[in-house]
Amino acid sequence: MTTMTIAKAINEGLRATLNNNPRSLLMGEDIGALGGVYRVTDGLVGEFGADRVVDTPLAESGIIGTAIGLSLRGYQPVCEIQFDGFVFPGFNQITTQLAKMHSRSNGNLTVPVVVRIPYGGGIGSIEHHSESPEALFAHTAGLRIITPSNPHDAYWMIQQAVDCQDPVIVFEPKRRYWLKGEVDTDSPGASADPFKAHVLREGTDATVAVYGPLVPVALAAAEAAAEDGHSVEVIDLRSISPIDFDTITASVHKTGRLIVAHEAPTFGGIGGEIAARISERAFHSLEAPVIRVGGFHMPYPVAKVEEDYLPDIDRILEALDRALAY
Amino acid sequence: MGATHLPSTEFDGTGIDDQLEAEAEARLGAPAEPMVQLLGPDGSLGSDPVFSKYAEKLDPDTLRGFYADMAKIRRFDVEATALQRQGQLALWVPLTGQEAAQIGSGRASQPQDYIFPTYREHGVALTRNVDLAELLRQFRGVSNGGWNPKDTNFHLYTLVLAAQTPHAVGYAMGIQRDQKLAAANAAASAESGQAAEPKAAVMVYFGDGASSEGDVHESMVFASSYRAPVVFFCQNNHWAISVPSSVQTRIPLANRAKGYGFPGIRVDGNDVIAVHAVTEWALEQAREGHGPVLIEAFTYRVGAHTTADDPTKYRGSDEEGLWRAKDPLERLEKYLRAEGLADDSFFEQVRADGDDLAAYVRKTTHDLETPDIRTAFANTYVEAHPLVAEELAWFESYSAGFADEDPKDPGSQAETAETDRAAR
Repeated sequence: MTTMTIAKAINEGLRATLNNNPRSLLMGEDIGALGGVYRVTDGLVGEFGADRVVDTPLAESGIIGTAIGLSLRGYQPVCEIQFDGFVFPGFNQITTQLAKMHSRSNGNLTVPVVVRIPYGGGIGSIEHHSESPEALFAHTAGLRIITPSNPHDAYWMIQQAVDCQDPVIVFEPKRRYWLKGEVDTDSPGASADPFKAHVLREGTDATVAVYGPLVPVALAAAEAAAEDGHSVEVIDLRSISPIDFDTITASVHKTGRLIVAHEAPTFGGIGGEIAARISERAFHSLEAPVIRVGGFHMPYPVAKVEEDYLPDIDRILEALDRALAY
Repeated sequence: MGATHLPSTEFDGTGIDDQLEAEAEARLGAPAEPMVQLLGPDGSLGSDPVFSKYAEKLDPDTLRGFYADMAKIRRFDVEATALQRQGQLALWVPLTGQEAAQIGSGRASQPQDYIFPTYREHGVALTRNVDLAELLRQFRGVSNGGWNPKDTNFHLYTLVLAAQTPHAVGYAMGIQRDQKLAAANAAASAESGQAAEPKAAVMVYFGDGASSEGDVHESMVFASSYRAPVVFFCQNNHWAISVPSSVQTRIPLANRAKGYGFPGIRVDGNDVIAVHAVTEWALEQAREGHGPVLIEAFTYRVGAHTTADDPTKYRGSDEEGLWRAKDPLERLEKYLRAEGLADDSFFEQVRADGDDLAAYVRKTTHDLETPDIRTAFANTYVEAHPLVAEELAWFESYSAGFADEDPKDPGSQAETAETDRAAR
């Protein structure tokens, strides 16, 4: 066991990938000498050379598009998109090409490209640097989407994404890059399957399902609720596509109440999908409607007011009160 | 750490290469003519300081083969159009007029090269030995890609304009890495006596309309930066559905290459000999590590954009007449006859072969089987996916409810009853 930050864990995970998989390579803007704007690829170009840690032109469609071509030639590219809001120039390549290549080739071609995207707010940044666009990608068949919330998962999930033969988008919770935790670099242990949710805290009165940057917030909310005598179960979804509905359903069978929280706007979001599925799967267990906590239906607001936008402990507790009131 | 200790990039220098533009011109050997043409519309063979030597290598069999391929693909085009008119295909994308651009370039490629077409490259498909009946699967609505690209190194058609251009550059970047690895391995085991893999390049097709897409620009930037072994083959057929090429560009498209720092050549796209020569040169340049080349094949889409289009609404028949006079097949026929390289019996045989192909394509199209939607469930992901599995299970259960309506599928009624009981 080693203690490290999420950013360092991803860095170590990428290093392990580059060491273990000679066909893997990294591509992105400023990922070489600078080590990425968040230093996630720090030092890697010196170890593996510019053929495998590729500073690309400033062109997101070109990054994803050339990664697809490299994967058709048998390489396994890991692309870094510098910020969430800048993925959209590459959106066409991801949704019309990357997601569909295996299907439209009748299974003859595989394009195991990994796209890393730092996402989410809470860092006081300027426009386009704080968004959570995961639902736009989750709606696209052919993609897998995972998001780690702690260093151990971050270390293993980036490697598991590269090993996966499907295209995988890894949403990295940028405001948690400096969150420290223990990493077992010898074995993933319970994190062997990146598409499975984890129950982080057991409870009996309500379930809070979250992912990525809101995991510590949900855990803190559960702690606060416990002081008020409410036993809250917390689930880290880890995977947004597919979603591990079995774990959520089992939890709701036990607690009867479900709150889903994410930074992304609630309308058309992951929370709505979970609410619909759980109402079908666990209708008779539900004591209250599934309640969503999330961003508002507006462009991500300016940094000085983002605290009013982002779900926090109190917003989750308020939702919990509503659920418990039924 | 000082800047001198920073790792240098592998493919470019350390800064802007002031000489790149001059080099690109120098590699062409002579100031480029406005348009390279070897075989004129009257069937006479001209000369070019750079490209004539490629034409001189062509033996009579090859020249007759050029004609046979162009005639074959034109006959195929007629047949596919007819199949669409008869309701056997949902849509057809005719290529008539562009035979020389496609056969000339396709036949300049080698088996180890990888080709990314757009969606009109039926002639290139022929040169890559793609079964033309397979090509119709997409237009019949039974597949989104009727052939396995790994068999022929001819990629699937891409319908999102220019989206295939960065794929081509990425593939070329892969070839670069493979060749570097192979060279390192060869150096490590010099005595093993293993034959080296032939050098490969990538060629990507797009049109004058697609040239406006951002992906073409990004691709050319990447290709230039990494000196990727890729040939950009632009068929300027003058019309993007109803919009003339003057809306896409005010200068010859080939001139754009200069801005990226690699050679650009405009070639008479209705001259199969010149197209072949220019493409052979460009692919050699790419394979030998000199980086990308842009070829603009100046040609004309004689027919409609697709069978859903009506060119009489946006262009005059006089323009079509001008281009029919530059027909790629007629000029090669004139040349072959004048040089005594082919006679009536040859052209008769070509016609007969075309009719055989048409009959084969017609029969095969009628026989194409409709796929089961279960294959779409199976091919959405490579690895097992719980949502797909869940939806497939529902679909199976739902379909089983109709089993008594299908005399070919007896015995599913009991299953349905069981599912219903389980549901209660």
